[in-house]
Amino acid sequence: MPETPIIETRDLTKTYSMGLYAIAALDRVSLSFDRGEFAGLVGPSGSGKTTLLNIIGSLDTPSSGSAVVMGQRIESLTHKDAARLRNRHVGFIFQTFNLLPVYTVYENVEFALLLLGLPPAERRRKVMAALEWVHLSDRAASKPAQLSGGQSQRVAIARAMVKEPDIILADEPTANLDAENSHNVLQTMARLNGEFGTTFIFATHDFKVMQYLRRTITLVDGRVDTDRVADGRGGAGGEGGRP
Amino acid sequence: MIIPKLALKNILGAGLRTWLNVFVLSLSFVLIIFSQGLLEGMNQQAEEAMIASEIGGGHYRHPAYDPYDPLSLRDAHGPVPGPLAAMAEAGRAAPVLVIQGTAYPQGRLIAVQVKGIDPAQTVLNLPTAFLAAPRAGDDIPVLIGQRMAALGGLKTGDSVTLQWRDARGTFDARDAVVVQVMKTSVQSVDRGQVWVPLDRLREMTGMPGEATFVVVAQGAARPADAAPGGWQFRGQDHFLADIRAMVESKSVGSSIFYAILLALAMLAIFDTQVLALFHRRREMGTLMALGFTRGKVIALFTLEGLLNGVLAALVAAVYGIPLLSWIARTGWALPGDTDSYGFAIGERLFPRYSVALVAGTTGLVLLTTAIVSFLPTRRIARLKPTDALRGRMT
Repeated sequence: MPETPIIETRDLTKTYSMGLYAIAALDRVSLSFDRGEFAGLVGPSGSGKTTLLNIIGSLDTPSSGSAVVMGQRIESLTHKDAARLRNRHVGFIFQTFNLLPVYTVYENVEFALLLLGLPPAERRRKVMAALEWVHLSDRAASKPAQLSGGQSQRVAIARAMVKEPDIILADEPTANLDAENSHNVLQTMARLNGEFGTTFIFATHDFKVMQYLRRTITLVDGRVDTDRVADGRGGAGGEGGRP
Repeated sequence: MIIPKLALKNILGAGLRTWLNVFVLSLSFVLIIFSQGLLEGMNQQAEEAMIASEIGGGHYRHPAYDPYDPLSLRDAHGPVPGPLAAMAEAGRAAPVLVIQGTAYPQGRLIAVQVKGIDPAQTVLNLPTAFLAAPRAGDDIPVLIGQRMAALGGLKTGDSVTLQWRDARGTFDARDAVVVQVMKTSVQSVDRGQVWVPLDRLREMTGMPGEATFVVVAQGAARPADAAPGGWQFRGQDHFLADIRAMVESKSVGSSIFYAILLALAMLAIFDTQVLALFHRRREMGTLMALGFTRGKVIALFTLEGLLNGVLAALVAAVYGIPLLSWIARTGWALPGDTDSYGFAIGERLFPRYSVALVAGTTGLVLLTTAIVSFLPTRRIARLKPTDALRGRMT
């Protein structure tokens, strides 16, 4: 019996009103993602990548159609339920890192666990483990301002991964990084995908990211143009998945 | 518990901006408590002085006596009722006989109230013992206050002619000698008043055993008869009603000062909150992405504002308690003629900071801070996480 998709969208449409006009950011998008996928939404700016990611992450709601994430219909979630879904099942990685500036690296990573109400000892163990995954244990006491771009994004990955979510949504995670740091970050994510089976979905138009993807969905003008699965050379697992 | 911890971390992490707010707010705390304490001190000081020098525990008045009608003095005297005489005998009351008179200091004419009081009395805080000091001659010993002395150009040892009417309405006059000029903050026992020994006044007026009113000692038990001999009792509240009304009217001005200080402090908090809404939108979006509800974000930002108030209270305590305690000990020198204030206050005012004042001010400032902190954050309720993450305001 086939496994139920972790994410499924049906005729997902999102329109924005611009005065007299309505612009369709997503137009009847139907997709499904299984657990452990390492997939990317690619396409030019304005193609609807981030909008789709936001709806999957319950940060936004569709205008019509449906999106079911972890068995929950996004369009019918209350604010509280949506927050709970994000808190328990979804991790976000942003282009601009979005670390909280007054907290240390340790506290930034711990933040996600505080919301889950875990006891201090367990929090400490998980945070230190997450920092170990991204090789930043020695920077636990640093403030975000003291980190390089690559280090900041690795902290963001640790923050997203520390609660061991089912899904990680990464919106242009390498856009502010140089090539070397981009590969480091992508290798880290691919390794974590392989180790934990976490589903990673990227929104990107960075060629470096595309090299790592096992599945590439191209969006054009809010519609799915192509949906290709890699031939197995690249992707997650193994030695970090770099082709 | 996560929100209070985060709020504290955030405002401490904001560094100088927080401490500037906290300092301004703490200044308001201290100035509000100081100004209100000054007013409360003035009120209490005036009441205590009036009670000590004039009111005591209250007065029993002759039925005809109306202190606001000088013409009533002619008939407002009579034998002291037995129960009150017994109290006077026991030192728990002081009968006072009041007649209308005229003083002629240095050839000038000044209308005065001549008040007879037992020199040995201890009910009122007046230096009446000077009236009993041994002297040569038969001049009437008189005790006057500094204002009366200034009015008549008199000083201790000066003579002044005193004229009065006796019980039968006959005018009489004799020389009096000022045995002491007393310093008092209570104008109503000083200005236009001449104090003489009670027995001497009774003898001068032919009113033996009579009085106009009887001052009861503070805390002394009153006679079982509510109105012995028809003499009505007037308690402290009756005498202090005027001064309390006056303090009430003066507190309006103080309240304006209070409101301005509070508004200044609140402006700083409001400003910070509004700026935070614009500068920290991405942070709000991140919090929502991490699982915060809008309600929690509102609570966090409101609490941050409120914590400014809490920190301000602590900072105010650090420098305010020693400063205000020192002022309470040394007093606040009042400029110029304090009589013009219309209060029985001395040259130095001693502020009083009651628990109710400090707790009330703290509570009010914290409540106002909470409201001012909350108002701008209501916009968060309309904020879309996606817009916040892009640094936009919905």
